[in-house]
Amino acid sequence: MKKISLNNSYKAVVIGGSAGSFQGVVKILAQLPKGFPLPIIMCLHRLKHVRNGFVEALSIKSVVQVTEPHDKENIKKGSVYLAPANYHMSVELGHTFALSTEEMVNNSRPAIDITLGSCAFVYKEKLVGILLSGANKDGALGMKHIHDRNGLTIVQEPSECMIDTMPKAALAATEIDYVMKVDQIVEFLKELDKQYR
Amino acid sequence: MLDIDIADLKRISEFIFQKYHYDFRNYAMSSFKRRVLRIMELKKLSVDGLLKKLNETPSFINEFLDELTVNVTEMFRDPSFWRIMREEIMPAIMLNHKQFKIWHAGCSSGEEVLSMCIMLKEMGVLQDVTLIATDLDVNILERAKAATYPIKNMELNEKNYIRFQGTKSFKDYYHEENGMAVFNKDLLMNVSFRRHDLVMGDIFNKFDLILCRNVMIYFNQTLQNEVLKKFHESLFKYGYLAIGSKESLIWCDYANRFIVVNNEEKIYKKIKD
Repeated sequence: MKKISLNNSYKAVVIGGSAGSFQGVVKILAQLPKGFPLPIIMCLHRLKHVRNGFVEALSIKSVVQVTEPHDKENIKKGSVYLAPANYHMSVELGHTFALSTEEMVNNSRPAIDITLGSCAFVYKEKLVGILLSGANKDGALGMKHIHDRNGLTIVQEPSECMIDTMPKAALAATEIDYVMKVDQIVEFLKELDKQYR
Repeated sequence: MLDIDIADLKRISEFIFQKYHYDFRNYAMSSFKRRVLRIMELKKLSVDGLLKKLNETPSFINEFLDELTVNVTEMFRDPSFWRIMREEIMPAIMLNHKQFKIWHAGCSSGEEVLSMCIMLKEMGVLQDVTLIATDLDVNILERAKAATYPIKNMELNEKNYIRFQGTKSFKDYYHEENGMAVFNKDLLMNVSFRRHDLVMGDIFNKFDLILCRNVMIYFNQTLQNEVLKKFHESLFKYGYLAIGSKESLIWCDYANRFIVVNNEEKIYKKIKD
């Protein structure tokens, strides 16, 4: 695995996931260092009509309470956000969230490509993008946007994924900096956290 | 990969404002960018090509507006919202008014208006309500008036209706014709569809209830503020305003003239003039 020297210039971590990603996300959030300095922005595929229950389920073991942002809400350091049901979630240049009810993208709303793409545009090289298990190609283009703007890209090790279509699509679409198991992603985030201490 | 920078987006919105008097200058940037890129892809145009076409082909503006505005919606979106409407908001309005007026601001292809009419009919009060449904986009208003939708959309609509716990069978409200669901036109008997621009348009009436769900998310905060002032002025005192479930008014100047009636469903009530 290549070695990127980490530093404390990163401004956000964005995570995409779909089928089979729930356990991985729970593990990452449960082992997140206390006082993690960056916002974690998550877009996970979910049922369109079920508004409640998902943040609660994710929050049970999480170090930080997960919230679904309102449109125009400020993005705060150390907070963990989840794209709400049936809305696309973008970030704006002023570091606020923007929600939308546009057409589904890759059969999904929220779509990972939209969240990742807008984060890439706003945070450029100061972004860490993580793509987990999933059954379609949503997120691949978003990872390409992150890479093209010099952000750091990580996908979950396909052999560990319940369904590996999503990380494989990203590996085919662009250059991925790290292919990691969830445990390694946790270690990576701890290492990143140390840069800010 | 097609991309567009903010300076170009500003050129486009400025040009449209000068030439056609539609004001997109205060639209939320992330979605405005996606919409413009979408049109450029669809029409195979560069930024300059798009500006040239807007300049030389005035009839293109309607098509442009139709593609730019987001016209994705569903009937009984957020069934829990509709249950609160039926069980709390309507009874509260009807306590004081035998007849009342509703404005659907940014009605798009009309699914929400139709949902409202179905609900009012099931409550037995459809004949007592005047509904005005407005949108910026003339093409989409024609589709709303036709109340005819692809039959493949009915699965989701019906699921929502069942979650809303409507009293009939959803299929009672339409018949199928060439792959389309054609809704019973009587449902829209008290609805008047009008072209109206929330940004540039004036106050035109007073209402007991305004629905503007998932419309202001496409505006920036400056514009949201202005539009909320218009809604405030367009509501009778103690009238209701409903916005989308993940929208919020708290950053608007006029927020303190409203109280939250239901935070989960984002229903507000005007309490101060």
